[in-house]
Formats: sequence, C-alpha cells, structure tokens
Amino acid sequence: MSGRVMEQEQRSAAAGAKTFPGSDSRAYNYFEPKGRRATHYEDVTVDVQPDPERYLLQNWIISFGDGTPTYSKECTALKSSDWHLYRAPDQEWERTHYQRQSTICGMIKNVIDNARRAGAPRRFDKAWVKILQDHLGAFKHAEYGLGTALMRAQRYGYTQMINNAILTNSSYKLRLAQDLTLYLGEIALDIEGFDVDAGKRNWLENSIWQKARELVESARGAEDFLEQYFIVNVLFEPLVGELFRSGFVMQVAATQSDYSSPAVISAAEADYERNLANTVELFATLVRDPAHGEDNRRLLQDWFDKYSPIATQAALDLQPIWSQPRVKSAQFAESYASAINRLQAIVSEIGVFSTQIPMPELQVAEPVE
Amino acid sequence: MTEALTLNKITSQKGISIGEATRLIADLGWTPSYVQDAMAIPTDYKISKPPRDPMKQVLRSYFPMQEEKDNRVYGALDAALRGDMFRNVEPRWIEWMKLFLAIIPFPEISAARSMAPLGQLAPGDHLRTGFTMQMVDEFRHSTIQMNLKKWYMENYIDPAGFDITEKAFGKCAATTIGRQFGEAFLTGDAITASNIYLQVAAETAFTNTLFVAMPSEAARNGDYALPTVFLSVQSDESRHIGNGHSMLMSVLKEPDNHLLLERDIRYSFWQNHMIVDAIIGTIIEYGTKNRDKNKESYAELWHRWIFEDYYRTYMLPLEKYGIKIHHDDVHEAFDSIVKKGYVHKFAQSISAGWWATFWRIEAQTERDFEWFEAKYPGWYDEFGAWWENYEKLSKPGSEIITFADTGYVYPHRCWSSLVPCVVREDFCVDEVDGELFTYASEVDRWTHKEAFAAEYQGRPTPAMGRFSGRRQWEEVYDGWDLADAIVDMGFVRPDGKTLIAQPHMSFEEKDMWTLDHVRGHTIRSPLLALRELKPEARAKHVEDYRKGFKIRRI
Repeated sequence: MSGRVMEQEQRSAAAGAKTFPGSDSRAYNYFEPKGRRATHYEDVTVDVQPDPERYLLQNWIISFGDGTPTYSKECTALKSSDWHLYRAPDQEWERTHYQRQSTICGMIKNVIDNARRAGAPRRFDKAWVKILQDHLGAFKHAEYGLGTALMRAQRYGYTQMINNAILTNSSYKLRLAQDLTLYLGEIALDIEGFDVDAGKRNWLENSIWQKARELVESARGAEDFLEQYFIVNVLFEPLVGELFRSGFVMQVAATQSDYSSPAVISAAEADYERNLANTVELFATLVRDPAHGEDNRRLLQDWFDKYSPIATQAALDLQPIWSQPRVKSAQFAESYASAINRLQAIVSEIGVFSTQIPMPELQVAEPVE
Repeated sequence: MTEALTLNKITSQKGISIGEATRLIADLGWTPSYVQDAMAIPTDYKISKPPRDPMKQVLRSYFPMQEEKDNRVYGALDAALRGDMFRNVEPRWIEWMKLFLAIIPFPEISAARSMAPLGQLAPGDHLRTGFTMQMVDEFRHSTIQMNLKKWYMENYIDPAGFDITEKAFGKCAATTIGRQFGEAFLTGDAITASNIYLQVAAETAFTNTLFVAMPSEAARNGDYALPTVFLSVQSDESRHIGNGHSMLMSVLKEPDNHLLLERDIRYSFWQNHMIVDAIIGTIIEYGTKNRDKNKESYAELWHRWIFEDYYRTYMLPLEKYGIKIHHDDVHEAFDSIVKKGYVHKFAQSISAGWWATFWRIEAQTERDFEWFEAKYPGWYDEFGAWWENYEKLSKPGSEIITFADTGYVYPHRCWSSLVPCVVREDFCVDEVDGELFTYASEVDRWTHKEAFAAEYQGRPTPAMGRFSGRRQWEEVYDGWDLADAIVDMGFVRPDGKTLIAQPHMSFEEKDMWTLDHVRGHTIRSPLLALRELKPEARAKHVEDYRKGFKIRRI
C-alpha cells in the first residue's frame, strides 16, 4: 500500500454512509440536559461561555488590570454550588426571540396604523389624551431605564444561560420603550396640541413619578448584576410596571374611546410573564442551593427590605393618575391590592419569605362611574 | 392617462419621520439624580462627545427584518438537506468546520456582552439603539452558529468532534487562539477591547475574510450551509462597523486619547492578523479541495479586503485626525503572508500536532501542490516534502510525524497571540517581570511588554488588561504522554480508544488511529525548556530557532 491511507472510495459524506467508531454520536455530549433529552435551547446555549471548573483547561487567559478574570463569580454576592444548573424557562434562542419580537412589532404596527386610519386618536377623550401625553409618556422612560440596566447586567453572569435570559429581557424592555415612544409620536400627528416632550418632563419633575424614577435609577445603579435583575423583575414590574400597564391603562383606556393603547402596552405583559418565569427560576434555584441557600435567601430579603419601600411608595405615588380620567373605570385600591398579591406570590415562589406583605389602608377616592 | 391605483396609495398615511423617531428615541435617556449609574468596565480613555447614530434604524423595523433573514437561513438549511448536500460535500472541508465552529460562538457572545460597557461609556443615548441591535445580533450569531454546528453533527458522515464541541473549545491548543480573540473583546480597557479590537479591527477588517471569503470557499466544496448562515451574519456586521466608527470618532475628539488609540489600533490590527489569518487562511487554503487557479489565493483576498478596503480607506484617513498609523505593520503583515509563508507555516504546525486536535486533517496531494506552486511560487520546495511525509505517515502504526526524523522543529508559542511562532526568522524573546517569554514577532513582544502594562509611555493605564491564566497549552501538559493528554482532553471516540483526530479522511475503522498508536511519546513545553537553559545556551537556541529548518523526505 502506498502511504495514502484513503482513496475516495467513499463517495457520500452523508450521515450513515459508513459505520465506524463515533459515526453515530449525533448529540452534544458535554452537558447534562435538564430533562430526559436536551432541548434545542440547551444545545445552542449551554457551555458556550466556558468555565475553568468545567472545560476551560487553561483558565481565563486575559484579566482586567486588577486581576479580575473575564468572568468572575464575584460579580454578584449570591452564591451557587453550580451556576450551570440554571435553564431559562422561556427557552429563548435567537430564532424564537426574533419570531416573538417580530410578531409583536407587526401586531403593534397594525393596531396603530388601523387606529389612525380610522381616526381613532381624534376621538380619544381629552382628559385621556393628557394622561397618555404626560404619564404614558413618562412611563416609557422607566421602561428604557430598565432596559439599559439589564443591558449592563447581561455582561456579568457566570453562565450563558443566565446572561442570555437577561439579554433577552433587556431586548424586550428596550423594544417596549421604543414602541411607546413611536406610538405617542404617531398619535401626536393626529391629535392637535399633543406634546411629545411632555412625558420626559413628567418623568423628571412630576412628583407622581419621582419614586418610580428613584427605583429605576436604583436598578441602574446597583453594582451587583443580580441585584439589578431582582429590582427590575421582583419589585418594579409587579408594583409599578404591571400596576400602571394592567391596573390602569389596559382597564381604563376603552372607556376613553381608546382601543389602541391597551393593545400597544399588552405586549409588555406577555413579555413580563416570560421574564418573570426566568427570574423566579433563577432566584428559586439559588434559594434552594444546598450549600448557600439560606445565605442567598437572606440576601434577597435584604434587597427586598432595601428597595421595597421605594417600590411601594412609587406605586402609591401613582394613585392620583387613577383620578384623572373623566370616565373612571378602575380603582387604584383594587389595582394596588392586585400588585401586592402578585409581589407576594413572586417572593413566595422564590422562597424569600412567606409572611404577609402589609397592605396599607387606602382611601377609595375615585367613584366608579 | 391616469396613474395606476396601487394598494399602497390607498392605505398609506403620514407617519413619523425617521429623523423625528430617532430624536425621540435618543431622548429616552436622562441624567440620574437619585442614584448614580453602576460602574462600567473601566477605561483609560476620556469620552465627552456623544457618538451619533449612523444607521437611524428603530427596533420596530429591526426585528421583522431579522426574522425575515432567519427565515431564509433556516429555509436554505432545509433545502440543503432535501438536495442531499452531504452526499457531495467535501469531507476535508467539513472537518475544518469542527475547529471553526468550536471557536466562533464564543467571540460572538463576547461581543454581545461587550455592548454593556459601550452603552454605558458612550455619552448620551444616540447610539444606544445601535448597541442594542448589536447585542441582539451577537446573540443571534452565537446561537445560529451553534445550530449550524448541530446540523452538521446530525447530517455529516463523521459527527465526532462536533459532539464534544464546547468541551473541545476549552481544551484544545488551537482553540486557545480563538479564546485569545474572544476574551480580547470584553476584558481589559473597555474602549481598547470592545471598540478598537472588536469593532474597529475585527469587525471592520477581518470579518471580511472570516465571513465573506471563507463562505465562498465553502460553496466551492459543496457546502451551501456555511455561506447561507455566515453571509446572513455578515449582513449584520455593517451595523457593527457603523457603531464602531461612530464611537471611534467620538473617542478621537479628545487629543488625550490619541496615544492610546495609536497603541490600540496597532495591537488590535496585528493580533487580528496573527489570529485570523493563521486560522482562516489555513481553513481556506488547506481545507479546500477546489484548486481552480482562477480563484484568489488568501494572499490576494487579504490584499483586496484588508490592504485595499481597510488599510487604504479606513486606517489611513485616521491620520488626518492626528492618529499615528503603523504602516510598516500593515506591510509586514502582508509580507508575512506573501513572502514568509505565514499561513503555510501555520498549516504545517497544526498538522504537526494533528493528534492533539478534534478533527481530521488530510494530507495535501499533487493537485494541491500544483495550485500552491502557481499561487505561491517556491511553495513546493519549502512545503512539498512535509506534506508527502505527512501522507506517508498517515497510516496507523506509522511514526507520528511530530516525532519523525524530518528535521521539523516543534514551534515555540507566542505569549501574545498564542499562535505558534512559525515565521522562525521573526521569533524573539524578552523578559517581563523577571520571567522569560517567547514571541512570534516584535509587535507581539511589544504587545505583551508595553501595551498590556500598567503604564504606557509614561502614562498610567490601570484599566488595560493583563495576560493571565495558563496561557501555553504545552505548559499544561508538559511531561505528559500523548495518549494521556488526549484522554484528559476527551478527544477520544465513544469506543474509548479511537482518536477523534485522524491524519486522513478514511472512514474505515481499520485505518483509524487509536490511543495505542500514539502512546509512548512525551509532550514538552518549549518555553519551559528554554527557561531552564543558561543565558548563553538560550541565546544559541534563539539563534538556531531563527534559522529555521529544512524538511527531509522520509
């Protein structure tokens, strides 16, 4: 035989054309799937960010000036016996992310185009127009602030699964901030005197929004990336985000002749359900950690104690908005009670605590018409 | 004649202008007054001028556009299977995809992470949408590439190597070069890493060879999947190039930054050249079966994409802003490819260590020789004997070529780029913090000793990164038997004895090397050995190394 081992007797390079050692090894075999078989999400996500404790033979090969490696467990005070256990329940990878975001963009565009074509914005109640201008206009900044906080946070997770879950959360928030911005900019074309810059003034100056702004700035300001994630999804979203979106806009708009605002904002509620599932799963996994669970629970409790007064006050400060529509179809007290119940359910599910979150006595100031 | 009525004319209505839309979106940010923003990744640069958004695209149009691109990609993958692509694909080519696709998802996701500091450091919010899109793009690239690799694994004749891909990425000497590339995107000074190294050098210059030239070669080898995925990926890069240029223009405005820009453009260009040209050049020229003499060689591609497109139209104009450009480096990089055989010598070195890889490396044969000689006159005289030896020694039970009496000298590894020091005459050494290191070239030495330091030309640079970890693979396995190292890395097929790597393309079990065939040889770290020498012996070794070698036919 000449030195050449192989002549091209082998014509096809398709799977199964030959049998030899390894010829049937057709699954990624370097990680434990969470279920019986690896999901597509796991296949395209797990271990793309390596770890010296798994396969990174030579450790991280560049460090920061102070010696911190490319990725470090010290980026959060929470501890885990195995950061790699976490899988995002929404199983998002690029294809599903674009499909979902694109569907939402299409839905929102259709709703706005059709509403404008039908002249709907011109029929909005005048008091409602001012609410959209001032308060929905202010709220878009909150969403933007959360999106940018999460954009920072997605840098620091110890695994790909954690970082990608935070990345898609950031993507959803920033899309919503732009959705609201463009929506208000477009209906402004149809409503005489609509001031598209009023929202920012309210966000920066109106006392109704200042605690909400403080909370968002707290999310942007926390050095611990999981503290950022906690503030966004455990505190801001139920107490301020959902309260305003579901507890106000989506309940009240229809009675002001506005059917487009609830549709535009509704996408955020579905976004949050997914992001909340990811968040609860991550923190619950850390609270259940056999070695660090109790320390983690205490830290989450500390974060809760630190930020929940700001979040609660932010929620209560929004109360005057419920009084502003001419036709009042929702009561703040009910919406607030729902928000507290939601928060209670979230912290219980995570395992932070199970005691009852106090519910302040609220005056029902606004009669339902 | 009346104008034809169209649906668009009936349904169109006045919308918000792009200019107004981007103005409103850029106005979403504010200066915090209750709590200051968390720290960004540090930088030694000063940035005061807000970068402008050159694309003026909003997410509402971005997501549907990307979904449509995805639909085309996944439709094409389905079509490739229906068209029985793998029946006709060249295995030589697909094998190299085990290396390439093991590396590339990590740099991609590193790029996504690096949008965090850029978003924080850029004053104002004009470019935040650009950074957001790039962040999601990079997430796209990472998972779409993992999906492509899974698709190869499921449909190509030999899935071994694809099946261990991310584990292999963490273990292999060749993929360490890719880790140097990916970690450099997001570690150290944030502007150095994420703006200059990633956006200005890697994305603006070298994605052209990575994501345009390489897919063309894939198509010539019957692989229509890689071009489908990577040309779609490349279509996102124009956005990233725009982000990078806009940020660079912002950084340029501050004269204090010019010294650091000179440093970082020099380091980034050179290291991108060392890493990308070594690996992608090898895949394009040694992973192909297509020997059409009318196609461009890697040297010609490089001249078009890097020299003409990038150097002349992107780097040179920076001089008018007062940035010193190291023209000699660009010419030296080109010369290393054209005159010094950089790509050929890297291909030689990686084939010399075929047993430490997780893919098959096939010998080059007469048809290949003819093409190489036509494109690189003198190639056969320098490399012909090596590949003839390689083919002769590809049968299991042969002497391992690394240890055969061919005259080949196992290369030192460059401490900066982690690429083997294959251009022997450029090899150099230096001491940093009292320790001896080896470098592939003078610029690599400068990179480690001067650029990656706490001070640059008298200016404190505390944010600059440092080289760390167990950077040299040979050092990790110094003194190990080959077989034990291969087992430790997990580069063995499911039968527990057959190597994943093979120096040929035979799919017959009888032709496949096992652990027994490679046992009995010891890995030695050239650097550790060099450090043990006395100064005079070291100098002699360096001198001899720089003389190179001549391969003997066996």
